[in-house]
Amino acid sequence: MIKTIFEGSIFCCGECTVANQCTKDNE
Amino acid sequence: MIHKWTTNNRHFVLDVNSGALHEVDSATLSLLGDNAPIAHTPDIDQLISAGLLYSNLPPNFNIDEFIEQRKNAPIKALCLNIAHDCNLRCTYCFADEGEYHGKRELMSLSTAQNAIDFLIARSNNRHNLEVDFFGGEPLMNFEVVKQTVEYAKLQAQKFNKNFRFTITTNGVLLDDDKINYINENFDNVVLSLDGRREVNDKMRPTANKKGSYDLIVPKFLKLISARHGKDYFVRGTFTKNNLDFFEDIKHISSLGFKNLSLEPVVADSSADYVISEEDLPKIFDEYDKLADDYINADYNFFHMDVDINGGPCAIKRLSGCGAGCEYVAITPNGDCYPCHQFVGKADFLMGNVNTNSTKISPRQDFAECNVLAKDECANCWAKFYCSGGCLANSYNFSGDINGNYDIGCRLQKKRIECALYIRAARQDSFASGEKMA
Repeated sequence: MIKTIFEGSIFCCGECTVANQCTKDNE
Repeated sequence: MIHKWTTNNRHFVLDVNSGALHEVDSATLSLLGDNAPIAHTPDIDQLISAGLLYSNLPPNFNIDEFIEQRKNAPIKALCLNIAHDCNLRCTYCFADEGEYHGKRELMSLSTAQNAIDFLIARSNNRHNLEVDFFGGEPLMNFEVVKQTVEYAKLQAQKFNKNFRFTITTNGVLLDDDKINYINENFDNVVLSLDGRREVNDKMRPTANKKGSYDLIVPKFLKLISARHGKDYFVRGTFTKNNLDFFEDIKHISSLGFKNLSLEPVVADSSADYVISEEDLPKIFDEYDKLADDYINADYNFFHMDVDINGGPCAIKRLSGCGAGCEYVAITPNGDCYPCHQFVGKADFLMGNVNTNSTKISPRQDFAECNVLAKDECANCWAKFYCSGGCLANSYNFSGDINGNYDIGCRLQKKRIECALYIRAARQDSFASGEKMA
């Protein structure tokens, strides 16, 4: 039995653990 | 590649290249090899087809483009070592009691202004810029801190920038005026406290060898009570002297502080408080206790808050920070280094904001350093959560920024397992008490 808890996020402005660290609309 | 582990009798599987997290029963766990299934079931095959188990790196990914971007990166964040002096004598201080193995020195306003000008000039189209006032103890040079903040605000208006100010302090010199100014102007404040009185005072004495706990805790409480929801962190260090550090976390929380970070000491192996191989089982037990407590805790603990779905674009996971490229540190005399941890190491001097700021450019070796380029990292399951760890730690322990710091790696991996367990345990299915075989 397998239960998927998260599908994960995994490679946009330069405005940003790294996984835990955007104003594109920035110029 | 997958990673399997068990926390609190629950079995988890992380698919490294997709970031997918699964819970499995013990029978399924036994069918999963590290790099391929030992046997196939419809469930396993379905996840493989969906790219959520044994997935590969994205086919169109070009690491050279990523490196090239870093080699030409604008500078976005500045660590301003506003004071190379300190009024505490913390035993484990990497900054050598604030002096960074040099002389006691305070930054002048003109150097600070040159640093702000340098940051703006090198930020290109970056709008949000970060300045962290650091030391030593920055409150020992607070007039220059204030004048620098006011100068940066004026320049921000002129050049259409937004500054985000942070400050790290031991709290000794906090008074009402400083608290008011900090709360008004600083987006985040980091307050240094190690935990219980006896733990803190053993490692963080004043210059005249007295404890600092009773001096700073009331001031910290006053500061956060007037902060009205703005960010702060109480940040401490645990050592071999308090391997039961979960007790310190509970203590700090019980004082009323709710944003906490307690990190393992990084020190030379000759120090009597350094964390060694033999300490890891006890530390892992403490992290497990913390993880179970944290599922329903009323405090935030920094390293247990991994954001599995959000965070920045995934490409940022290839390197742990912007040191030497997007982030640099400036010393009181204007010298520029890749980050605060490299200050004073002559081989890493990048230039000086007072004398040759236009010649300061991103460090090519730092730009090329990433988890796919480091042998130890490329084959590690944790690489997209750890992102390669601290380059200064790698350098200090292996002599190479592309090396690694083994104890640090193992602690980080344990924290990631705990953080993912917490995220899973907070899901509704767990809240209902459902258990698997």
